[in-house]
Amino acid sequence: MKFNHKHLLGLETLTREEIELVLENAAGFKEIFTRSIKKVPTLRGKTVVNLFYENSTRTRTSFEIAAKRLSADVINFSISTSSVAKGESLLDTVHTIESLGADFIVMRHSCPGAPLLLARKCRAAVINAGDGPHEHPTQGLLDAYTIKEKKGRFEGLKVVILGDITHSRVARSNIWALTKLGAKITVAGPNTLLPKPFEKLGVRLCSNLQEAIKDADVINILRIQMERQRANLFPSIREYTLLYGLTEERLKWAKKDVLIMHPGPINRGVEISQPVADGEHSVILEQVTNGVAVRMAVLYLLSGGEENE
Amino acid sequence: MKTKSPEILLDEKALNKTLDAMAEAIAKELGGEPSLVLIGIRTRGVFLAQRLQEKIKKMTKKSPPIGTLDITLYRDDFSTLAKHPIVRPSSLPFDVEDKKVVLVDDVLYTGRTIRAALDQIVDFGRPALVKLAALVDRGWREYPIQADYVGLKLTTKANQTVQVRLAEIDGEEKVILVELPNNHS
Repeated sequence: MKFNHKHLLGLETLTREEIELVLENAAGFKEIFTRSIKKVPTLRGKTVVNLFYENSTRTRTSFEIAAKRLSADVINFSISTSSVAKGESLLDTVHTIESLGADFIVMRHSCPGAPLLLARKCRAAVINAGDGPHEHPTQGLLDAYTIKEKKGRFEGLKVVILGDITHSRVARSNIWALTKLGAKITVAGPNTLLPKPFEKLGVRLCSNLQEAIKDADVINILRIQMERQRANLFPSIREYTLLYGLTEERLKWAKKDVLIMHPGPINRGVEISQPVADGEHSVILEQVTNGVAVRMAVLYLLSGGEENE
Repeated sequence: MKTKSPEILLDEKALNKTLDAMAEAIAKELGGEPSLVLIGIRTRGVFLAQRLQEKIKKMTKKSPPIGTLDITLYRDDFSTLAKHPIVRPSSLPFDVEDKKVVLVDDVLYTGRTIRAALDQIVDFGRPALVKLAALVDRGWREYPIQADYVGLKLTTKANQTVQVRLAEIDGEEKVILVELPNNHS
């Protein structure tokens, strides 16, 4: 099995086998975290540039740690302090970064497709770290990895993604990965935040929380992204919490061994209550740890190899 | 392309006898050591380490602990590999610090795998010493690395390769010499 891509732009274009290959490798990388020296020499001499046009702490830090544990050099290109603030175009910025010797560019941008544009125009391997509401492939992979680690399988699992689905790249990447792996997906939230076309992907839409999470094996809770709400798609945060906030009481509707996931950052008391976020079902912090292992696996699979595309 | 049928170097019985001799040599030198550990290199080195462990236990009544190394991430040929091997977990269920380590591999060839394994062991801690046990030494070294315990020493041609086949994964027990077609890449 070969990972036949130079870039990682999204999970839509990966096959089931390729997704499984990433997950399988990630397990090998996770073992490194238990060593006294948490570093391997694999990407020595390679340079990873984090190019984030949108704010991010955990994803950027996670990529940074992943790259450093593989012995790559990491440069964080901060947009607010760079020449982009002086009016430089995306492509000029990237060509400059490339000329500085980047082998990987990890990019976050508010515009869907920005990493694709980049991939077409530069020699470095491009990893999409979130492009607007389009995709966030490494988040989808780490969510899948966490589910696999805890449940041991995907086939027949009932996974609910709860929240603002319309604006969520995490939801999209999760759907691409998990449907390919054999899970059954329900997206839940206010009707105005559930995109109808998702039904064509085999996804169930449900605006009734109780109905949606009945017998769920996994509930992946998304943050209400206030920065992406342009129209009034729901009356108020308070009403959202009343109808869709996940509390201990409501958790009883799901299966006894349900997994509670959240890509972060958490708004406690809004989409998830304090006891649920910190409760026995929560794997939210394990997701963060697994994120590093999965990103190491992605960097590894995209590195070197003359024949790669 | 026609390939010559492989020559059997060790059959099941001879393979077992060879391992007996290796275990005896290890036991003689290090059998009494409480700090003795065996570390097998994935994949077949791990199974060979398990067998050596059993044999050493029979001889000395002491069972040295076993660790597993996956050296993939320590290879020196990443930039040239088109297909990356799957990274498997390494597992050393003991502290390497001050241990007397016997590293176990199936075939010793260029020595590059052993170089990678040594680098990796050091990342886990500082062993007192490291010795190398190889079932077959087929020559063609590219690094100055030699084995301390060798089951079978061979002179091979460049187009020959040695395959160790073990019941655990191959469903049979033998060591064979395979001749590759000359235009094999």
